[in-house]
Amino acid sequence: MRRRRNVVAGFAAFAWLLVIGVPLYALVNTAIQPESKYTDGGPVSIPSAVTLDNFRTVIHSGFLHYVWNTVLVAALTVAIVLLLGVPISYAVVRGRGWMTRGVFRLFLLGLAVPSQAVIIPLFLLINRLGLYDSLWGIALPTAAFALPVSVLVLSGGMRDISASLYEAMALDGARPARILVNLVIPLSRSSIATTCVFTALQAWNGFLFPLIMTQSNDTKLVPLGLYNFVSQYGGNVPALLAAVLMSAVPILIVYLFARRALVMGLMGAGGK
Amino acid sequence: MVSITSSRLVRGREARRAAPALERPGVAWAIPGLVFFILFAIVPMAGVVYLSLTRWDGLSTPQFTGLHNWWRFFSDGQILQSTLVTAVLLVGNILVQAPISILLGVWSAGYQRNRAVLSTIFFFPLLLSTAATAVMWRQLLDPNFGIPPKLADLLGGNTDLLGGQKGAIACLIVVTSWQFIPFHTLIYQGAARAIPLTLYQAAAIDGAGRVRQFFHITLPQLRNSIITSTTFMVVGGLTAFDIVLLLTNGGPGTDTSILPFAMYQTAFRTYDYGYASVIASFLLLLATGASLLLVKISGYDKMTSTMEGL
Repeated sequence: MRRRRNVVAGFAAFAWLLVIGVPLYALVNTAIQPESKYTDGGPVSIPSAVTLDNFRTVIHSGFLHYVWNTVLVAALTVAIVLLLGVPISYAVVRGRGWMTRGVFRLFLLGLAVPSQAVIIPLFLLINRLGLYDSLWGIALPTAAFALPVSVLVLSGGMRDISASLYEAMALDGARPARILVNLVIPLSRSSIATTCVFTALQAWNGFLFPLIMTQSNDTKLVPLGLYNFVSQYGGNVPALLAAVLMSAVPILIVYLFARRALVMGLMGAGGK
Repeated sequence: MVSITSSRLVRGREARRAAPALERPGVAWAIPGLVFFILFAIVPMAGVVYLSLTRWDGLSTPQFTGLHNWWRFFSDGQILQSTLVTAVLLVGNILVQAPISILLGVWSAGYQRNRAVLSTIFFFPLLLSTAATAVMWRQLLDPNFGIPPKLADLLGGNTDLLGGQKGAIACLIVVTSWQFIPFHTLIYQGAARAIPLTLYQAAAIDGAGRVRQFFHITLPQLRNSIITSTTFMVVGGLTAFDIVLLLTNGGPGTDTSILPFAMYQTAFRTYDYGYASVIASFLLLLATGASLLLVKISGYDKMTSTMEGL
């Protein structure tokens, strides 16, 4: 039907390729040039010398420790969100009565609460709990703010499970806990995967919580590490951009092996 | 063995109470998560409103001062400027991002091979975190060693784009758009693929060309996605703190000090937590208003399956 070639769209797409591609090329191009050479041809030239020294500099500065911290925080956050979010969604989807409806409304409302707006009381709370400058101090609030979207995604998935399956299991004498484990969780695999990726991305990209809740090098996460590199290596631009590149590697790996889950996770509620 | 017996006993007791009806999970299942969410999100919400009525330096106990901070807020020229800059960035971002991501989304919804390949490349900015994006662009915008010197003729010789207010705002819009257009494109791509093909076939038979089809079928069919995506832009724009901190640090001067940045500075740089809480409450009000609008318009609260009616 619409097989006629769309020339205008073709040109526009090429223009957009430049918009996306040129900065990315400049990023890689600068990161692989020696510090003494990178200014020679400007960011979009063809490199005259190629080196991996910048990546070595970044690794020696303790960047891998930041990566490890970030992975830990992401794992903790995902665990908390699944542990709490799956039962909430189950109750919301299968429960009856004004209380479960109220719970769902509360989480819908929670979608609207930006973490910036409550950062001051949260800072106070984390301090009172004795969690300042610990990875828990980042993971707990990150999980709390990932919970509304997760409940939305998980309950959306659970609603798609046919009611007759629930009835069949109930007739066989299964109680809610058993139905959750044997029916709901296996059939919610894709929404659980979406939730995992979405939550992990929140933890991975989060900047505000690490900035406010931690201060020492031991608890530093990747985004904050990048921020500090700016002052630390202000002059060594290739090393700085090598760090930027390296910070994207874990997401790239997820992208290569679980593209669908990553796309769904990025979209979060937007995909529903 | 013991567990089987005991569970049978329990079942016997419940069977008498609620005969053959399905046993449903009670609200108790939601309680641990609910308590957690209330502690870390709802209580702080109340806390920020309370703190806005106090004077507090973060060390001593907060002193209740009533509406004092709020009166100051409404006559603060800096806040007025921050609100204006936030609004300009918000509107600018929507005007740049919405049309481009709608066109890209519809374009990439096609199943042609070249579109699939290019879409994969267009997706790449999403692999970078905001911090990474901002650090990268800060270098690319460097007045001496970045991209601006290459475009000096185009820019009229002024290569220090971040050095003036207009340039800094434009840079913030460009960088935010570069980062988030791929995200909004994904939303539109999914929605465009869900448009029934028969609509286009009928329109083509009636002699409608590509442009007419776009305006009379595609755009109306994308209505819900436009609402969703725009609300994401609004809420994201109201809270775009990290990009400002990393790219312009609110500068030059306080020229790009948007509301969340002004709040951060007031709280964690000048330790005036009471006044910062006023700014935070204001942000909360704006963001909640925008999101409630989304819930109302899009019908997220209807609690129905997307598979119903199929």
